[in-house]
Amino acid sequence: MLTNFLIGAIALGVVLLYGCLGETLMEKAGQLNLGIPGIMCMGTAGGCFGAALYMNGLAFAGDAVWFPLILISICFSILFSVFTGLIYAFLTVTLRCNQNITGLAITTFGTGLSQFIMEVYVPRDRFDAASVLFSKGFVNDPGANGVLRVLFSHGVFVYLAIALALVFSFVLKRTRLGLHLRAVGESPAAADADGINVTGYKYGAILAGSAVAGFGGLFYTMDYLKGSWENASTIESFGWLAIALVIFTLWRPTVSIFGSILFGALLIAAFVLNGTSSQKELLKLLPYVITVLVLVITSIRNKKENQPPASLGLSYFREDR
Amino acid sequence: MEQKNGPASMPKQHQGLPFHIIKRVNIPIWKKILVYAIAIAGGLLLSGLICAAFSDESPLYFFTCLFKGAFGTERKIWLLLLDAALLLGVSMALIPAFKMKFWNLGGNGQILIACLCSYSLSFFLGGKIPEWLLLLLMFAASLVSGIIWALIPALFKAFFNTNETLFTLMMNYIATGIVLYCRASWISSGSAQFPTLTNGILPKIYNNMLPTVVVFVLLTLVMFVYLKYSKHGYEISVVGESVNTAKYIGINVKKVIIRTMILSGAIAGLVGFFLIARTGPGLSGDTTNNMGFTAIMTSWLASFNPLLMFLSCFFISFITRGMSQVQQGFHLTSNSIVSIVVGLIYFCVIACSFFINYRIVFRKKEGK
Amino acid sequence: MAKEVLIEFQNITKAFGSLVANNGISMDVLRGEILSVLGENGCGKTTLMNMLAGIYYPDSGRILIRGKETAIRSPKDAFDQKIGMIHQHFKLIPVFSAAENVVLGVNNGSGYNLKNAKKTIGEMCDRYGFHIDPDKKIYEMSVSEKQTVEIIKVLYRGADILILDEPTAVLTPQEIEKLFAVLRAMRDDGKSIIIITHKLNEVMEISDRVAVLRKGQHIATVETGKTNVQQLTEMMVGKKITLNIDREQVKDTADRLQIVDLNCTNAEGVKVLDHVSFTAKSGEILGIAGIAGSGQKELLEAIAGLQKLDSGSIIFNRPKKNLPVSFFHKTMGQVIALAAQGKFHYEDGTPVDFTGKSKKEIRALVNDGKILFNEDEVMSLRDKTPLQIRELGVRLSFVPEDRLGMGLVGSMDIIDNMMLRSYRKGKSILLNRKRPETLANEVVKGLEVVTPDLHTPVRKLSGGNVQKVLVGREISSAPKVLMAAYPVRGLDINSSYLIYNLLSKQKKDGAAVIFVGEDLDVLLGLCDRILVMNAGRVTGIVDARSVTKEEIGFLMTKTDK
Repeated sequence: MLTNFLIGAIALGVVLLYGCLGETLMEKAGQLNLGIPGIMCMGTAGGCFGAALYMNGLAFAGDAVWFPLILISICFSILFSVFTGLIYAFLTVTLRCNQNITGLAITTFGTGLSQFIMEVYVPRDRFDAASVLFSKGFVNDPGANGVLRVLFSHGVFVYLAIALALVFSFVLKRTRLGLHLRAVGESPAAADADGINVTGYKYGAILAGSAVAGFGGLFYTMDYLKGSWENASTIESFGWLAIALVIFTLWRPTVSIFGSILFGALLIAAFVLNGTSSQKELLKLLPYVITVLVLVITSIRNKKENQPPASLGLSYFREDR
Repeated sequence: MEQKNGPASMPKQHQGLPFHIIKRVNIPIWKKILVYAIAIAGGLLLSGLICAAFSDESPLYFFTCLFKGAFGTERKIWLLLLDAALLLGVSMALIPAFKMKFWNLGGNGQILIACLCSYSLSFFLGGKIPEWLLLLLMFAASLVSGIIWALIPALFKAFFNTNETLFTLMMNYIATGIVLYCRASWISSGSAQFPTLTNGILPKIYNNMLPTVVVFVLLTLVMFVYLKYSKHGYEISVVGESVNTAKYIGINVKKVIIRTMILSGAIAGLVGFFLIARTGPGLSGDTTNNMGFTAIMTSWLASFNPLLMFLSCFFISFITRGMSQVQQGFHLTSNSIVSIVVGLIYFCVIACSFFINYRIVFRKKEGK
Repeated sequence: MAKEVLIEFQNITKAFGSLVANNGISMDVLRGEILSVLGENGCGKTTLMNMLAGIYYPDSGRILIRGKETAIRSPKDAFDQKIGMIHQHFKLIPVFSAAENVVLGVNNGSGYNLKNAKKTIGEMCDRYGFHIDPDKKIYEMSVSEKQTVEIIKVLYRGADILILDEPTAVLTPQEIEKLFAVLRAMRDDGKSIIIITHKLNEVMEISDRVAVLRKGQHIATVETGKTNVQQLTEMMVGKKITLNIDREQVKDTADRLQIVDLNCTNAEGVKVLDHVSFTAKSGEILGIAGIAGSGQKELLEAIAGLQKLDSGSIIFNRPKKNLPVSFFHKTMGQVIALAAQGKFHYEDGTPVDFTGKSKKEIRALVNDGKILFNEDEVMSLRDKTPLQIRELGVRLSFVPEDRLGMGLVGSMDIIDNMMLRSYRKGKSILLNRKRPETLANEVVKGLEVVTPDLHTPVRKLSGGNVQKVLVGREISSAPKVLMAAYPVRGLDINSSYLIYNLLSKQKKDGAAVIFVGEDLDVLLGLCDRILVMNAGRVTGIVDARSVTKEEIGFLMTKTDK
């Protein structure tokens, strides 16, 4: 029971973790991207498109092989989310348009387009077979041991997410790249004066962040939902939750691993626990409430290190002084 | 330093390019309208081509459908006006806050919670008290609940400078969650939907849309006067432009933030009231039809000027209404085409704001 | 001993719109020297140096570095040429540590290693005599520490040429001494140092050569040893300065504002006002001298009701002795209450007693001006908001240092800015723009504000005109107390004199004027008394007519209690 619960919590958490990591990267570069739900949807559509392409190119669904399937999916997922991220980056960084407005437009566009792609261009008749490969664990049979099952019974995307979180944390904290990225988010003017290519870093963060965020939806559809698709709105709501998670984790990728599992647990509890449907709805509400609490507490404590990046949401134009 | 206000060349970013970008100080209104017109026309044309690409129809047919969908019948025109009016209402809820540079992304939540309150009054009290009293209570409850939902982030912003963008955003999902919670606890299993209402419905005047349209058109005019000619409006502008100046002349910034957000919440509550009491529909998590976000777009499009918002709200409603016809006319199975087209037009209009705020100057060859 | 020429400017011209900031400047910088670039505000010295630092690019002309023509298109190009500039406004990131700020933007090929960087910083500190904790966050630092970080940052990039823009503006005398010692050490190490400044004494003290700019043109470069203050001044302003400020003798003064024992601690826990006491009198200009950041800003803001105080009192005396009571500031109830306390007398001197009189009779007496005050009214302004102060009827005007950020709203037009102080008047919920418009017209005409029309956003006006709008509004209410912080900063000579004359006029009209200035010549020529502050304390109040610059300089740096 508990084992299943934890496995589910980690799985759902990973959906959020991808979105959260992508958004964290962008926010660290000073870009508040409210388009993350749209980008996650696009990443899903892309990944599914790639998977369908591969599956339907085979004579039999059973011929599918793990590595090419995952690779093609990932490539297409990246292609689609980076394309969407590129629109956002071009509008907000190059044209210096309002980030909030652009983000919302991206979400409108991304959810619509991904829905369209999924309905028209992604035949899902062989997705059962594909999803088996997606959720294939590293250890074929982790056995009955609860701990082992919690740790090792997931598909590749779970481990990829955690690895990415650790890499992000390392890069942000311990590398020159990360230092420069944070500088761009804190004070683009100062970074610019130090010869850091502000536009380049912002583009880099947005595109890389988009690519990562897109995996969240792909994992959810292909692994968690075993290849079924209703509509984009579920993934959209995960996108918003991912933005909440960024605040909740105070822009720290390592914390976001645990934060996402906590959020995932709250979501999964709504399905797993025995309770009335109203209690379940309350549980689903909790992540947002605790995010607000974190937001409030950090602003009351007003500790500099826990604040959002100082230039978050502002466009940078060198001649504004 | 005077020099710094002047335009300066940008040595680095456009190294080697024959132009540089400078910020405009202001732009003549005709130029602004022209830029928007080009952007919108471009967006529509692009959408037309895309839709045509997905079907056998011609791009011209796209426009025929668009206009037919929006203006085809008298009822369609009324629905268009209604949509525009409601959007106008939400925009009016948002602009006082935006003028104050308070990024209220919480329109959806404020409306939804007001919907919930007026719905629940009708749901529980409907038939038990006189209709006029019920409507009055629903009206009051909508306003109060809208205010509370707006006031919570406002108080934290005023006293602790809590980031209002993220706070109001979260409040939307909390509101949705509460609606779902209420549905789960009030509706006995089975339908799992809020039923449509039979009580607490506004009387028809001509039809059930006219009152709504009139109320929000009037509200917009009032808001225009309020922002431009009232002392409160002046204070909002000063706080929005410079908190330091506001303090210097003795404006109580906290008070202005709180007062303005009360106004904002009340108007959002009013929209919620009309959403429910106009026809008494069932309630769901997306009763607001995402208008809280759409209105951010329309307010921003109209550069926070209430009068220009007549145009922007009408335009966005026109597109959404027209697109459903396009979808039928082009035999597109997916209604997601509406989002795609609206998104595309947003992009075009957003991109054109660059040309309104900045100017590209082509460098002359060496010296002058 | 001829030193090697390191940088050569050839015929550099740079214009911003119609304003020509640099006009055909040709000059050079030698290896291993300290060069002062001297000039008045707005003479183009910062613009010229910004072209060396890659912030601006010249419209025409050439820059030769080490004999080679070089295009410096970005700060990075400047670093590559071993040029580093320390701007007046530091470009540091507050949440980063000193070391993180220092290594920011540096890519020296080797891996990112903060430990090595800290070691290098330590070595630099030893070499030139700095002290800095590399792990300290910038937001925890004092101004002088931040400046040190900026200097280390430039050195860390291997700069041979350091440009410092007004480096002493924010430093205490001790810190300036330390800075100069460091600069000398760096010069002796073979580095070239360029200091942008308008302070003559510092030029004489620190530099080897002085380049003087005036109105965008290079006047001359001279060796410091072969010149003197008088000659430099002449080159800088073009003619001998005889500060011709019309200063009248003080007459009929009365104590207007009594400041007693003010104490104030800022958000960082630093004591910014330390037992400050003084009296400002009507009909005189009280100058406040001191190094920037000695508490001047906080003092004025405290009086204006913008600063929370730890203790102390601010007493305003309203001149009412033997003047008629009116209902302008007093309600009927207050009048009756004050009369009962025996605060009034009739024109013939007999005390007022309202017992037995109807309100109608009292109203008639007051309106006829028959009831007079015995004494001036005394009221405390401590812990009052600006609004409450105005509601008390105290006409207190304040021209803040930050004109567009505090005194005015940049995006609003002149009319709307005129009503910032007065928009509340009247019961209507709507604004009355008639009177502000009249006032705006008067100010524009009276102070010769150059503007296309009254509906132009003030942000678009030039600095001098912005200040005229602000000062015009502040004096329009015929203030009893007028406070002005650095009112001529960044203004040309004509505008400056206009402001001086306006202040003198207010003094003549009986206002108590408090003038915070940075130019000692102006303070000595304009004011009647000068209050000197250092580190939040009043170190002296002197008579401006008899004191010397040296004496004020001494008080500005006096630290012992």
